[in-house]
Amino acid sequence: MGRITLEKVQKKFGETEVIPPLDLTIEDGEFVVFVGPSGCGKSTLLRLIAGLEDVSSGEIRIDGQPATDLPPAKRGLAMVFQSYALYPHMTVRKNIAFPMKMAGMDQAEQDRRIKKAADALNLTDYLDRRPGQLSGGQRQRVAIGRAIVREPAAFLFDEPLSNLDAALRVGMRLEISELHSRLETTMIYVTHDQVEAMTMADKIVVLRAGNIEQVGSPLELYREPRNVFVAGFIGSPKMNLMSGPAAQAHGAHTIGIRPEHLDVVESGGTFSGKVGVSEHLGSDTFFHVHVDAMEEPMTVRAGGEVGLRHGDMIHLEPQADKIHRFDEKGLRIA
Amino acid sequence: MARAVSSRRKAINTAVAWAIGLLIFFPILWTILTSFKTEAQAIADPPIFLGFDWTLENYRIVQERSNYMRFLWNSVIIAGFSTILGVIIAVPAAWSMAFVPSRRTKDILLWMLSTKMLPAVGVLYPIYLICIELGVLDNRVALVVIIMLINLPIIVWMLYTYFREIPGEILEAARMDGASLRNEILYVLTPMAVPGIASTVLLNFILAWNEAFWTLNLTAVNAAPLTAFIASYSSPEGLFFAKLSAASTMAIAPILILGWFSQKQLVRGLTFGAVK
Repeated sequence: MGRITLEKVQKKFGETEVIPPLDLTIEDGEFVVFVGPSGCGKSTLLRLIAGLEDVSSGEIRIDGQPATDLPPAKRGLAMVFQSYALYPHMTVRKNIAFPMKMAGMDQAEQDRRIKKAADALNLTDYLDRRPGQLSGGQRQRVAIGRAIVREPAAFLFDEPLSNLDAALRVGMRLEISELHSRLETTMIYVTHDQVEAMTMADKIVVLRAGNIEQVGSPLELYREPRNVFVAGFIGSPKMNLMSGPAAQAHGAHTIGIRPEHLDVVESGGTFSGKVGVSEHLGSDTFFHVHVDAMEEPMTVRAGGEVGLRHGDMIHLEPQADKIHRFDEKGLRIA
Repeated sequence: MARAVSSRRKAINTAVAWAIGLLIFFPILWTILTSFKTEAQAIADPPIFLGFDWTLENYRIVQERSNYMRFLWNSVIIAGFSTILGVIIAVPAAWSMAFVPSRRTKDILLWMLSTKMLPAVGVLYPIYLICIELGVLDNRVALVVIIMLINLPIIVWMLYTYFREIPGEILEAARMDGASLRNEILYVLTPMAVPGIASTVLLNFILAWNEAFWTLNLTAVNAAPLTAFIASYSSPEGLFFAKLSAASTMAIAPILILGWFSQKQLVRGLTFGAVK
């Protein structure tokens, strides 16, 4: 089991309030991602759950039991750190065995779990090496192995992939997702990368300045962002946000149109402009279009082989049902 | 970063470095040479450098007159136990300062260091009286404690510096893994800081070994270490340089040999942090 609830949890460092009182429930078996720009408090929130930081006020419960005053080890949670935080003087085997040794588990059971974890994570050949002799991806797997053997109530991941190169990151992302579907254990994952959030999460928690901006499934956040911040943060490339006459025409203060919801038309269209930078990805092409009377260029997604060049005129028509409308406060208009 | 240095420049630098090295080592060399001379040759004017009749006579006399082994044993006990005791006390202290610093940590560190700037003779009288009061004058245990306290600021400072190099996340990982504070220090922090702790132990062993002020003032016979052994040859019957040199050579030989074999560790430990 691994149901975690936060009730009015608040964190202050001295006089600075990093996390204003917030409520959050993480259901058993869920893969929850905390996402937000750097400094939004997502790592602090994770460390509060882990017990590595003390809450200033509020209550944390794990499976209904109060955990606010429990030390980290007593909470039954395992954590994977950004820097892997492996013990450099121990072999991989000893690293993985460490939490079991601390728990006083008998040797046969330790060996059985080490073998199981090593098989699952492709570490069998490396058990007698030290962390210094492993690649970044392997180290990350050791860190995960060390977490798995404890059979924790929940896994906490603190930006675990940010030290890996892009190719490895995609691979590890899949491995962690697979691990989750196999173990069906609660996972809380912190990242600033909205792609990681979208691809891995059952539930995304978008944070800004310690506040929860929105909680929902990836597609809920994509389809119905609650406010301008979430709209701009979720989705890649970013949603085009515009105010002024274009927004007023839709009875809103701000409207947002995703690059993939703009159609390129022969003539007419709501927006016309000159093509600026084009990014050719093969499968897609992203055009940055300079529309008159608009400060920011609009981003448009087109097919892979559209023959438009720098300086060409382009006409754009948004898909009418895909326009997001926001009021003066930046909140979604239903 | 390597910089281009002309070979002439290199030769000059090498010569200067050797000259300074020899200058620093010369007194020790001279002591060793003198210990093999006769008393007459030892005070010859002009001094004789190498062209004398080498003799082991001084060593024989010194050995006959005083029990070298007893002084040596006292030195080993005092230097060894004061260092071990110091490290046992300093590891938790340095841990707390490095990983859970408070607003006062910096002040405490500086205050500790300031005690090293105090002239030792300033507290000789009170400490001497305390020793009499407790009946521990000329007592090895008392000396172990006093020398440990004298060197404790240095031990704490050195360990603090090494511990600061160890990433806090690793200790947090240990905490998540269920390690108690004791296990965290024992199984994670200490093994990672071994190079730093080794340098600290070495340096403090040498400092304790060489400590003369307290050992001379607080011992007579029973707890007297090698410093007292040297001192016993300095005055009573006038100066006998050759015998004094022989005693000195015997007193410094163990630590000189230890220093020679551990110099790599010492230099490494003193010049950069423990774990990267």
